[in-house]
Amino acid sequence: MSTHSKAARLFIADAERTAWHNQALYLLREKRDAMARSVPEWESLRHAASEIKRHTLGHLGAYLEEFERNATANGMTVHWAEDAQEMNETVWSIIRRHGGENLVKSKSMLSEECGLSEYLQARGVDSVESDLGERIMQFLQSPPSHIVMPAIHIKREEVGRIFEEKLHSTPGNSDPAYLTRVARQHLREKFLHADIALTGVNFAIASSGSFVVCTNEGNADMGTSFPDIHIAIMGLEKVIPDYRALGIFTRLLARSATGQPITAYTSIYRRPAPGKQIHVIIVDNGRTETLANEAHRNMLKCLRCGACMNTCPVYRRSGGYSYSYFIPGPLGINLGMLRSAKRYSGNVSACSLCYSCSNVCPAMIDLGEQIYAWRQDLDKEGLADFRKKALVKGMDILMRRPEFFYNGIRFARILPPFLMNLPVNPWCQGRNMPRFAPKTFNELWKSGKIDIHPNDQ
Amino acid sequence: MKIALFIPCYINALYPQVGIAAYQLLHSLGIQAEYPEDQTCCGQPMANAGFEEDARPLAERMNRLFNHYDYVVAPSASCVSFVRESYPKLLHHSTHGCFDSRLYEICEFIHDIIRPRELDACFPHRVSLHNSCHGVRKLHLSTPSELNLPYHSKLRNLLKLVSGLELAEPRRRDECCGFGGMFSVEESAVSVQMGRDRIQDHLSTGSEFITGADSSCLMHMQGIIDREKLPIRTIHIIEILNSRP
Repeated sequence: MSTHSKAARLFIADAERTAWHNQALYLLREKRDAMARSVPEWESLRHAASEIKRHTLGHLGAYLEEFERNATANGMTVHWAEDAQEMNETVWSIIRRHGGENLVKSKSMLSEECGLSEYLQARGVDSVESDLGERIMQFLQSPPSHIVMPAIHIKREEVGRIFEEKLHSTPGNSDPAYLTRVARQHLREKFLHADIALTGVNFAIASSGSFVVCTNEGNADMGTSFPDIHIAIMGLEKVIPDYRALGIFTRLLARSATGQPITAYTSIYRRPAPGKQIHVIIVDNGRTETLANEAHRNMLKCLRCGACMNTCPVYRRSGGYSYSYFIPGPLGINLGMLRSAKRYSGNVSACSLCYSCSNVCPAMIDLGEQIYAWRQDLDKEGLADFRKKALVKGMDILMRRPEFFYNGIRFARILPPFLMNLPVNPWCQGRNMPRFAPKTFNELWKSGKIDIHPNDQ
Repeated sequence: MKIALFIPCYINALYPQVGIAAYQLLHSLGIQAEYPEDQTCCGQPMANAGFEEDARPLAERMNRLFNHYDYVVAPSASCVSFVRESYPKLLHHSTHGCFDSRLYEICEFIHDIIRPRELDACFPHRVSLHNSCHGVRKLHLSTPSELNLPYHSKLRNLLKLVSGLELAEPRRRDECCGFGGMFSVEESAVSVQMGRDRIQDHLSTGSEFITGADSSCLMHMQGIIDREKLPIRTIHIIEILNSRP
């Protein structure tokens, strides 16, 4: 059994939570559908987004250098990091040079990818998540279970309890408006006393040397308003050519992610305010290898909207933590395999090949098709499940020779039903076996028993 | 014009009545289909499990059986989409070409090629339509719910020709039922949960039957229906189109 399969079984054991998780995320899928239908040119937008990304990835070096040139001319400092360690060290060296130990950060999947918060914590820097969902997860000392809605699996009663413990809110009060107010007061303090702001980057615009950060809570804007230093970290695939391209992506991003026409805050950072500094760190961490990987290069088109998770029928019923990579769902299966096939191949089974993910993706990434492709690599890497392999090889022998296949059916037909329905047969965990017909179509045809409809005679 | 029936392995063994209905329906539409004997499997189960190479000898065998026909017709959307997507790749070295471009899912074939104005079919029941993933997202038998495209459904169009039939669709029009080949056993907990949810959605339409163009989805759902003794049955769409007054 794969790691995902085992973990999913545990999640599903709580039937009520599974049903609720499924419904909550499907609701987002439906909101996304409604928004997509409100834009007549939706499918052309997706097509354009995919093509712009393809073009940009084809000229990645040139666009990144253009961005660096223009950003530097705007007064920002651009750093390059080859891997997670170099990124973390760069952040740390900026902090040390500047001084301060209160860091407010807005949501960034790249910081999760590089383990930045833990790295800084070990060096005495209090890195406060300012996105509400992320803050809840930070209190719970758990990773996010969804890339856009990190605490989607947590119910408000649980939020009430953790706020009671950490923020001394009124015991038993889990009213959303009340809890939001408590969080707001708590975070306001953090914003006011922050020395350093850290954000991710949704889009870096080559032609202007500016970058865009999208949030719904305004927390990135609040976070970057007070401190003198703003560190923005970005994967090198985040660069896009110009503002015209940005217009395409901003129309797609929030509609796909949460079913909103646009994120509540779409902020463009162009130059540091007088006396302040903006540092942009451009991070590779395996991305150029992905770029060289023809079968999976498309993953670099990803906008991190999470639509593929919301639509994934497996993710909705197994939860974010059933995946061993920190990003779940179809996106996480693929990115995990790119990170390390050996470590994360246990997620590749988490797909029924329904291809809904490929259809919702605003950049038209062939997510489902790529999962199919990863499966083809497992055996070569020695990572295939041996029972599954035995089953496939057995089936294959049976199917290559019709006499084996049809004799096999004759044999299976006389087996007593209880033997077929034994609980060791994973099919029978929740399902009855189908019954073999008394004669196969092949046998009926050969014996001339297949006739035209009686009405047609 | 030579037309062959491709009867997938599990339909051959478990649901020969689907093959019979396909043969009879084509006949009633004026087509004398042939059945190349000793068909087995197209190789999809192996490939979806990650062993596409093991499907190559099966693809070669299938190509020998079917390559000399003008049309090949099969009552299984999933097998058809597999052949279309993978055979050109698996048989790229073949000097005989490949029959993939002449292979049709049977509803697609009737709807697009034969285009009957009417059918002599009668099925006086309330039926919920199961839009199966590969039928929808690979063969476009109906418009995928994710895409902002004008809605059309070849399956609906055909079912409209059946007298007495009351057609319903589940609220989640084309969500996966959770079969997915090897997925159904490797991820059995998720697979069964998906199946249960799907059946509940079909049940809530008040239908007596669930129908669709993929016997594999129907087999999976029927397994759960039997286990939980639910008041609904599965039936292949071709059996309905071949039901007479």
